Amino acid sequence: MEPMPKVLKALNWITGALFVVALYMVLFFAPREAVMGDVQRVFYFHVAAGWVGALAFLVTAVTGGIYLARGERRWDLVALASVEIGVIFTFANIVSGSIWARPIWNTWWTWDPRLVTATVMELVYLAYLMLRQGIEDTDRRARFGAVYGIVGFLSVPLTFLSIRIFRTIHPVVIGSSDPTALGAFDMIPKMRVAFFFSLFTFTFVYVTLLWHRLRLQRLSEKVEQMKMKILSV
Amino acid sequence: MSEIGTTKVLEDNLVTLRRTSGLGGYLRAIGAIVWKDLAAELRSRELLGAMLVFALLVVLIFNFALELDIRTRETVTSGVLWVTFAFAGTLGLNRSMAVEKDRGCLDGLLLAPVDRSALYFGKALGNLVFMLIVEAIVLPLYSVLYNTNLFQPGLLAVILLGSIGYVAVGTLLSSMAVQARTRDVLLPILLFPVVLPVLVPAVKASNGFLLGFEMAEIWSWLNLLIVYDVVFIAVAFMVFDYVVEE
Repeated sequence: MEPMPKVLKALNWITGALFVVALYMVLFFAPREAVMGDVQRVFYFHVAAGWVGALAFLVTAVTGGIYLARGERRWDLVALASVEIGVIFTFANIVSGSIWARPIWNTWWTWDPRLVTATVMELVYLAYLMLRQGIEDTDRRARFGAVYGIVGFLSVPLTFLSIRIFRTIHPVVIGSSDPTALGAFDMIPKMRVAFFFSLFTFTFVYVTLLWHRLRLQRLSEKVEQMKMKILSV
Repeated sequence: MSEIGTTKVLEDNLVTLRRTSGLGGYLRAIGAIVWKDLAAELRSRELLGAMLVFALLVVLIFNFALELDIRTRETVTSGVLWVTFAFAGTLGLNRSMAVEKDRGCLDGLLLAPVDRSALYFGKALGNLVFMLIVEAIVLPLYSVLYNTNLFQPGLLAVILLGSIGYVAVGTLLSSMAVQARTRDVLLPILLFPVVLPVLVPAVKASNGFLLGFEMAEIWSWLNLLIVYDVVFIAVAFMVFDYVVEE
């Protein structure tokens, strides 16, 4: 068993500490939103989870491209690990949005373009995982994964464009805000601090998880090799 | 590889493919592949027949499922049409690549001394032709059955643009799907979420033309449609090499 690298150990602690502070900020430091009340606090982690999802899928597309160019297997491993994390965080993003929408929009789910595109994004990457499952040859699996990761990422820009092109009831908090959107609000400085701190924290969570996932992959391959060695003796 | 040259059609075309160089040669190579697909289809007639019957069945099912009376029809026609085309298209895409894979024809094509992207464009054009034929039959039938005039130049242009985008990404994904273990179920799962940026504007723009919206309103959808057509063709062109590489 190879020991955990020192940097990773430190990263564990830093991420844990950041998360505790972020929780404090979201729950106590950020003021109560006047109209929506406490449920607005979902927003901080909701957007942060969505950010990690998008970041993870971007990393997949980029590492997929690098894999195709160089053919080094480690890039494919990063792409796969990133998809797995992205799928979980996008799911958290959708579910937390649902929890917020229940009191604010008075429904768990609505067929709003923004919600639909986020779900489609999730489905693209579930399809990505299924595609990989269906191919045995590792080299081909990596190539197809890279190609699909790049093609699939093209559906993500639509998610972000959608708030501007479609008519939507999903609020846009960053950049130009449409005041008619249901549940829109202006961030006051304290909220802004909590918001950006959540984004920052979740980015750390992503990096830490990615590292652990890659390490896990390496270890499981080692175990596999050892098994083969023992069996062949 | 032992099966190369088993079909006469392929042999003829390999001869054509060898004479390729420069842009003219590139186009000739694409033409040869399209011609091969069309000739094979003309002789067997298994793909178009299946796609057509399937498309009509989908329209029929919609008829019962949605109770397509006059008023509903106005608003859902574009949706019904595009779902029909998308489903029938999947059938065609799966089949056209499976045929290449099963009898080792793909290996034969890959041996041909032409740029790999010529294979992609050839297959994509062939698929496009099949899809357009199916559409050319479904549209007048739908017009007659439901007494609506679908022959508006705007709508036809949208259908052409939408089919191009659908086939562009569909050909790429189907050539991946046929190489997987779960190939028959895999293609729709891979294709539908990715092709949505083409289908959504296509449905919206078709709807706009059918309901007689202002051009200004339709243009934003057309723009999106054209952008995604270009994006998908460009990306597929760049990555197709890696999909067929052995």
